[in-house]
Amino acid sequence: MKNNFLIILICLFSFELSANENISLETKIFKNLRCIICQGQSIAESNSDFAQTIKIVVRDKIGQGENEKEIYEFLSEKYGEWIIYRPKFNFVNSFLWFSPYIVLLLGGLLIFKYFRKRKQ
Amino acid sequence: MKISFLKIISAFLILFTILIFFLALFVDKRYSTETIVGKQIDNFEIKFLLSNRTFKKNDLSKDQYHLINIWASWCLPCKKEHPTLMNLKKEKNLSLIGINFKDKKLNASGFLKELGNPYDISLIDKNGTSSIMFGVYGVPESILIDKKHNIVLKFIGPLSTKDYKTILKLINEK
Amino acid sequence: MLSSAGNILLTGSILFTFLIIYLSFQNLREKNFKIGKDLVYLSVFQITFIIASFILLTFGFVFSDFSLLAVYQNSHTSKPIFYKIAGVWGNHEGSLLLWINIMVIFSYLFLVFNNKSNKSYSLYTLLVQNILILGFLIFLISSSNPFFKILPVPLEGLGLNPILQDPALVIHPPLLYLGFVGSSIYFSAAMGAILSNIEGKNFASSIKTWVLISWSFQSLGIIFGSIWAYYELGWGGFWFWDPVENASLIPWFCMTALAHSVLVLEKRNYLYNWVLILSLITFISSVTGTFLVRSGILNSVHTFANDPSRGLYILIFLSLMIGFSFVIFIKRRISDKFYVEPLSKETFILSNNWFMMFYLATVFIGTVYPIFTQVLYDTKISVGPPFYNAVIAPVIIPFLIFMALGPKINWIKQKYDGLKSFILILILSCFINFLIFFFFKSYNFISNLIIISSLFLIIHSAKDFILKAKTKLHFNFSSFLSHIGFGFLIFFIILNHNFSKEFDLNIKVGETKKMGNMEIKFNNLKIEERENYNAVIGYFNIFDSEKKYQKRLNPEIRVYENPQTLTFESSIITNLKQDLYLTMSNLDGSEFYNIKFQIKPFMLWIWFAALLTASGGLVRIFIKK
Repeated sequence: MKNNFLIILICLFSFELSANENISLETKIFKNLRCIICQGQSIAESNSDFAQTIKIVVRDKIGQGENEKEIYEFLSEKYGEWIIYRPKFNFVNSFLWFSPYIVLLLGGLLIFKYFRKRKQ
Repeated sequence: MKISFLKIISAFLILFTILIFFLALFVDKRYSTETIVGKQIDNFEIKFLLSNRTFKKNDLSKDQYHLINIWASWCLPCKKEHPTLMNLKKEKNLSLIGINFKDKKLNASGFLKELGNPYDISLIDKNGTSSIMFGVYGVPESILIDKKHNIVLKFIGPLSTKDYKTILKLINEK
Repeated sequence: MLSSAGNILLTGSILFTFLIIYLSFQNLREKNFKIGKDLVYLSVFQITFIIASFILLTFGFVFSDFSLLAVYQNSHTSKPIFYKIAGVWGNHEGSLLLWINIMVIFSYLFLVFNNKSNKSYSLYTLLVQNILILGFLIFLISSSNPFFKILPVPLEGLGLNPILQDPALVIHPPLLYLGFVGSSIYFSAAMGAILSNIEGKNFASSIKTWVLISWSFQSLGIIFGSIWAYYELGWGGFWFWDPVENASLIPWFCMTALAHSVLVLEKRNYLYNWVLILSLITFISSVTGTFLVRSGILNSVHTFANDPSRGLYILIFLSLMIGFSFVIFIKRRISDKFYVEPLSKETFILSNNWFMMFYLATVFIGTVYPIFTQVLYDTKISVGPPFYNAVIAPVIIPFLIFMALGPKINWIKQKYDGLKSFILILILSCFINFLIFFFFKSYNFISNLIIISSLFLIIHSAKDFILKAKTKLHFNFSSFLSHIGFGFLIFFIILNHNFSKEFDLNIKVGETKKMGNMEIKFNNLKIEERENYNAVIGYFNIFDSEKKYQKRLNPEIRVYENPQTLTFESSIITNLKQDLYLTMSNLDGSEFYNIKFQIKPFMLWIWFAALLTASGGLVRIFIKK
C-alpha cells in the first residue's frame, strides 16, 4: 500500500501539466502548412520561394495578433484545405479521426471474446 | 450467420476501396483553383509601382471587369503572355491591373518600356505577400473579377489564346 | 545488341515461368504429388535467366549504353560508377526488374530449403508464386520494359536525379524490396496451405524463417530510407509520414504482427485463420503500396514516372490477387476454436497484433483518405504528421507496457507474481522521467507518459535479461534485442522531439546573427567545380557563449547540369549528445541566404536503437536453438 501511495505521488508530481510549448508558435504553424508547389514538404522544410513568402505572411499575421486558427482559415480560404496538414475536424473528416479508434475497440472486444469462452 | 455478415462487410469494403482507387486514376490531379473562384475579393491595399500611394479594394470601379495580372520581369512565361495582355488592353469593358511580383522597380519599368505597358493600374508587391490575397502560387497568374468584385476565373500560368477568348466572351456578355 | 539480348532473356524467363506453372498444375491435377527433376531444372533456368537479365541491365548502366531508353533517361557518362549502378534500381523499369528478381530468388530458395514439407503444399506454393511472377513479368515487358531501344542512339543520357545520388539510397531499395517483395513467398505459401489443406503447425514452421527474413530487411530498408531523408533531403527530419514512407510501413506492421502470431500457431496450433490472413495481406498491402506510389494518385517526395496505364495494370492485378485469395480463403472453412487464458503469452502476442492492426488502420486510412475525399467530395485535403502524431502517440503507451511484460510470461497459463517488480520498475521510470523533466525541460502530458512507458520497457527488459542470464535458463535473446531496442527508439525519438531547437533566418556574407544563446557568423562563400556538379559552399561559424564552443559548418547548394537541378546539402556535426544541422538556400534576387539551423539531440542513438531493433530478427535467423 505504501508503494501505491508513493507511485501516485510521483506520478502526480511528474505529470504536472505544462502548457509552455517548446517550439514557437511560428514553427508550429510552418510545420502544419504544406508547401503546395513542392513535393511533400512543409513550409518549415521547404527552400522554395513560395515558402519564403508564406513565412513572411504568417509572421505578419502573428504580429498583428491573429491566432493559429485564424491564420489557417485565411490560408485555406485562399488555397483550399489542402494546405493544412492537420485535417479539420468536420463531418467529412470524422471517419478519418474516428475509424482508427473503432478498429482499436473492435480488436479489443475480439480478444476479450476469446477469454470469455472458457467461463461458459 | 454472424460470420457471413463479416464476410459481406469485408467484401464490400474491399470492392469499395478498389472502386475509389480506380476512379482516382482518372481524376485531374493538377492544382485546382476552385477554392477561390466565386468568392468576393478580400480587402487589400497595395502600393503603386511608380508612386508611394496605395490602391485599395474600394478604388476598384463598379462598371468594369478587372483582370489582375501578376507578373515579374524575371519571369520568361510573362513575356510570352505579354502580347495577349496588350490585346486585352483594347477592351473597353476590362480594366487591367498589373501586380509586379518580387521584382526590382528598375527592371520592372524597363520591362514595361521595352515591351509596352498593358496595365491601366500598375502595382508592386515587393515581397510577394500581398499576392497571397489572391491565392497566388507563382508568376504569371491572372484573376478575372466581375463588376460586383467577385472572382470569376483564375488562370495559373501564361494566358493562352483560348483563355483570351474565354475572357472576351465573359466580359462582353449581355 | 544489349537490348535484343535483354529481351531474349526476359522472353526466356516468361517461357520458363509459364512452363513451371503448367507442369506444377499438371502434377497437381494428376495428383502426382512430387517435385520432379524437370521442375527443379526449370526453376534453375528461370533464376539464371532472370538474374542474367538484371546483370545485363547493370552492364548497360555501367557502360552507359544509351541505346536503352531506361539508361538514357536515368544515367549520364559523367556520373560516378557507384551511382551508375544505383541507377539500375533508381527508376521504374529497373526497380521492377529487381522486384521480379527477388520474387524468383525467393521462389527458388523456398523450393530448395523447404523440401521436407508436404509435397502438394510445395507444389501449390510454387504454382501461386509463379503466377505472381508471370503477372509481373508481363507487366514488365508490356509497359515498362527496361530493355526498350531508342533510335537513333543518343550521345548523352539525361542523368539521375541528384537527390537520389546518395550511398544510403543505393542500398535502401534493395533492402526494402527484399522485405516486402520477399513477403510474396508467404502469400503463395498461405494460398498453398489453404489449397493443400496442410496442418497449421507445419505451415507455421515452414514460413517462420521467411517472415523473419522479410521483417529484418524491411526494417533495415526503412531505417536506411530515414537516414537518407535525414542527410539528403535537408529538412532535418527523419520521418515525414509521406505516403511513400507509409507504403513501406504498412507491410512492416503486418510482418511484425505475423512474426509474433506465427509463434502461437507453431507452439499451440491456434490462430491458423488469422496467420493465413496476415500472410495474405502482407503482400497485398505491399502491392497496394506500389500501386499508390507508381500510379501517381498520391502526391509525394518520391516521384516515379507517372503513367495511368501502369496504375491501371497494377490495380487490375491487385484486384485479381485480392479477389482470388479472398474467395479461396472464404471457401475453405477450418474450425479454429480455442480460448486463451488472460494471463498467458498467447494473450500478449494477441495484444501485439491488436496494436499492430490499429497502427496499420491509422496509417492506411490516413494515406488513402485524401484519395477518398477527392473522389467522393471533390475536396483535396492533406493528412500529415500532426494527424498521425495525435492519433498514434497515446496508444504507444499501453503498447510499450504490454511489450515489456510479454516476453516473460509463459505459454498457456501463469500466475502473475511480478506485481512487486512491476510497481518498482514503474516507480523507477517515473522517477527518471521526473529527473529529466525537472533538470532539463518540461514537456507535455503525453510525452511524459510515453517516456515513462518506454523507460519501463527498457528497464523491464534489462531486468529480465540479467535475471535470466543468472539462471541460465533458455532465453529469447532476439526478442530481448528487438524489444529493448524499440524501447530505446521511442525514448530517444520523444526526447529528440521535445528537445530539438530550430532557427530559421536570412543572413548575408559577413553578418553575425543571434540564435537563442548562440551566435552564427556567415564568414565566406565559395564556388567549387566538382566531378558532376558545381557547389556553392557557405562557411559558417557557430559560437555558443555559454558552453564556450565554436563549430564550423559548411552547407552547400549543388548545381547539377544533368538533369538541371539544385540540391541543398546539409552540413552536420554529429556527436553522442546531439547533431548540429545547418542548411542554406539562396533567395532569388537578393544577397541574403535563408539558413535553417537545428540542434537535434540523440540522433546517433535513434539510428543505433533502430538498428538494434532490426538486429533482433537477424539474430533469430542465424542463431537457432
